[in-house]
Amino acid sequence: MKQEYTISLFTEDHIGILGQITIILTRRQINIDSITASESAVKGVQLLTIVVKTTNEMVQKVARQMEKLVDVMKVFVHTSDQIIYQEIALFKVTTKGLMSGNVIDHIVRAHHARILEVSPEYIVLEKTGHKTEITELLTQLEPYGVLQFVRSGRVAITKQVKELNSYLKEMDEANRFKTEPTLN
Amino acid sequence: MKTEHEKEQATLELNGQEHITGSDALLQCLIEEGVDTIFGYPGGAIMPVYDKLMDYEDKLHHILTRHEQGAAHAAQAYAMVTGKPGICFATSGPGATNLVTGIANAFLDSVPVVFITAQVVSGLIGTDAFQETDIIGVSMPVTKWNCQVKKPQDIPETIAKAFYIAKSGRPGPVLIDITKDAQLEKLYFKYKKCNYIRSYNPHIPLHTKAIESAAIMINHAERPLILAGHGVLIAGAEDELKTFAEKTGIPVASTLLGLSGFPSNHRLFTGMLGMHGNYGPNLLTNEADLIIAIGMRFDDRVTGNLKKYAKKATIIHIEIDEAEINKNVIVDVEINNDAKEVLKYLITLVKENSFEKWIREFRICDKTEYEKVIKPETKPEKGELRMGEVVSRISELTKGEAIIVTDVGQNQMYAARYYKFSHPNSLVTSGGMGTMGFGLPAGIGAKIGRPDKPVVTFVGDGGFQMTIQELGTILQYNVPVKIIVLNNNYLGMVRQWQDMFFDKRYASTKLVNPDFVMIANAYNIPAKKVLKREDLKSSLEEMLASKGPYLLDIAIEKEGNVFPMVEPGSSVSEVRLTY
Ligand SMILES: Cc1ncc(C[n+]2csc(CCOP(=O)(O)OP(=O)(O)O)c2C)c(N)n1
Ligand SMILES: [Mg+2]
Repeated sequence: MKQEYTISLFTEDHIGILGQITIILTRRQINIDSITASESAVKGVQLLTIVVKTTNEMVQKVARQMEKLVDVMKVFVHTSDQIIYQEIALFKVTTKGLMSGNVIDHIVRAHHARILEVSPEYIVLEKTGHKTEITELLTQLEPYGVLQFVRSGRVAITKQVKELNSYLKEMDEANRFKTEPTLN
Repeated sequence: MKTEHEKEQATLELNGQEHITGSDALLQCLIEEGVDTIFGYPGGAIMPVYDKLMDYEDKLHHILTRHEQGAAHAAQAYAMVTGKPGICFATSGPGATNLVTGIANAFLDSVPVVFITAQVVSGLIGTDAFQETDIIGVSMPVTKWNCQVKKPQDIPETIAKAFYIAKSGRPGPVLIDITKDAQLEKLYFKYKKCNYIRSYNPHIPLHTKAIESAAIMINHAERPLILAGHGVLIAGAEDELKTFAEKTGIPVASTLLGLSGFPSNHRLFTGMLGMHGNYGPNLLTNEADLIIAIGMRFDDRVTGNLKKYAKKATIIHIEIDEAEINKNVIVDVEINNDAKEVLKYLITLVKENSFEKWIREFRICDKTEYEKVIKPETKPEKGELRMGEVVSRISELTKGEAIIVTDVGQNQMYAARYYKFSHPNSLVTSGGMGTMGFGLPAGIGAKIGRPDKPVVTFVGDGGFQMTIQELGTILQYNVPVKIIVLNNNYLGMVRQWQDMFFDKRYASTKLVNPDFVMIANAYNIPAKKVLKREDLKSSLEEMLASKGPYLLDIAIEKEGNVFPMVEPGSSVSEVRLTY
């Protein structure tokens, strides 16, 4: 059964790594729902968060193929209930539409949105939340004239206790003092 | 702010370290890594490196092939027979793209080859400059790792990493793309081998628990079967495999690339797996109650229809590449470690045993296969020559001591089926990619890697013509490789499929060939045609006795088919002996 999975990849900060990762998804015909990249809590380590819809079997396979890449340190796969996640969206709406009556106040409060900018022509709103919540707000705003709408990729924090650092340490111990491998 | 490398450069300068060009540094790095042979082809962007090669002629032997693809295949074969990484040079643009087939071939067969390509000067990258191609982008999906170097001071560390990555874990090709300015500018040189990369962990702590559960299963199995793959040879675990099989009494079957990892004439050897493998191991895979897969990846050519594969068996998978575990076949025990380390421990845990009744089932299959296929192939009394008898005679005459190189197609399957291997790494063939044109350049690489061994290359009349220009390399360096053209005037393997699955409609598979003997002679290579059975043995003897290179063009029955065969979509137990 297909389901939403969040793949978190900790990687070296090297040019080209994103290409290597997306090739793996492309070959398996997996569409990327969203993708974000940033530096992680460990200095010099990048964190990529990729959201995909696929089967458990397939996501495990691609995760292993990603982890195999030389510049990838560790890959975690989570279902939505195993993580705390948020997306952010910005809306540019016509001022004329929103300013009539008390609409603006009502919408902002009901959706926990924020007003970022107001001009005679447009108002920019910000909303942080899950995809469904953002979509709800968008539907609400549509009658008032949405000029622009943009949604970010997902950022996620896992509920698990073991952190990247402890994985790094384990791998370090296994590899640092090994001598050079010998072929037959 | 100064980068790590700039700071290091400053210290090296203070220490009075040698100030040399990037090209010099590259060659010194190779020498430090124990390289003495390079296969390659020059061009504009890589000229600074080639220029410096002249200063290292005593230490670095460069073989100029006739095409970059040839250099790539030769380097791969060299790696396969020596256990050292192969080295291959090419220039930017067309030189680099000509390598791609060779890189992909090494990638699919897990062979360590370090490819060095040149790139246009760094300021021109991205501008579609003359002979600029994005070889980093192009080779990304077919290399284990690749990297572009734009500064001379980055060369030593990158090369050190390249060697470490190519050789360790599951080996594979790596590509380093060096800009022309980085080749020409100077650096303070110091070399340190790499044995650690933070994000890359080839040494996996032994999964002792999993090995212990595997031992219990092995000790209780009634119809166990070992499937040995290329991983056995890569790990250098042939002795351990032999000890393990002999102690437990478990029969061994091999994948195509696993051949020569276990002696072909061993009483526990049951033959090759897969589409044109032997009857017994294919049929009985589906009767086994336990499968111990060692260093193999359940390729579709091995498993046939996955829905009907090994359904009665519990499966233990010993594999260094975690991404291969549960990829095609869901296994019961996964042991994600080096085959040699696992076997060493496993040997101490398993009990001495024998499976005479089970092995007898294999022998019954062998007898059937012998009567229906092997005998008519290897000992025909009339009709035209068969590929099987040629390979069989070579096997007898060389007593299993030769290194066998093959091209792709029927010739490859016959060579793999009928040569009796007795030494590890004595088969060089293109498995995962099935690259026609591999045979001739690979033969050159194998002979240069192992000059002490007779090297016999089997090629088809089709594949031979894909890289036939490498006869020039043989001429120039007098490489004493023995070439056997198994000439059926067809793209035989494709014609076989047309025969079986496309109503014998032989669309574009007939070949009108040139006179291969004349061609060989033009390259000053002694050559002879063999047309009749009476002449076969003496011609082979004459070829093997000759000192230099030699070509035999052997006329083979035109419409012979390779059997047994597991047809595409069929189960291994539906393996057919005839049709
Ligand atoms: C580069 C490449 N192109 C096409 C194929 C498909 N193919 C596989 S076997 C074969 C026929 C090979 O003919 P030949 O070299 O004469 O060998 P034979 O099968 O007759 O022994 C072809 C075309 C391939 N494997 N590699
Ligand atoms: Mg042919």
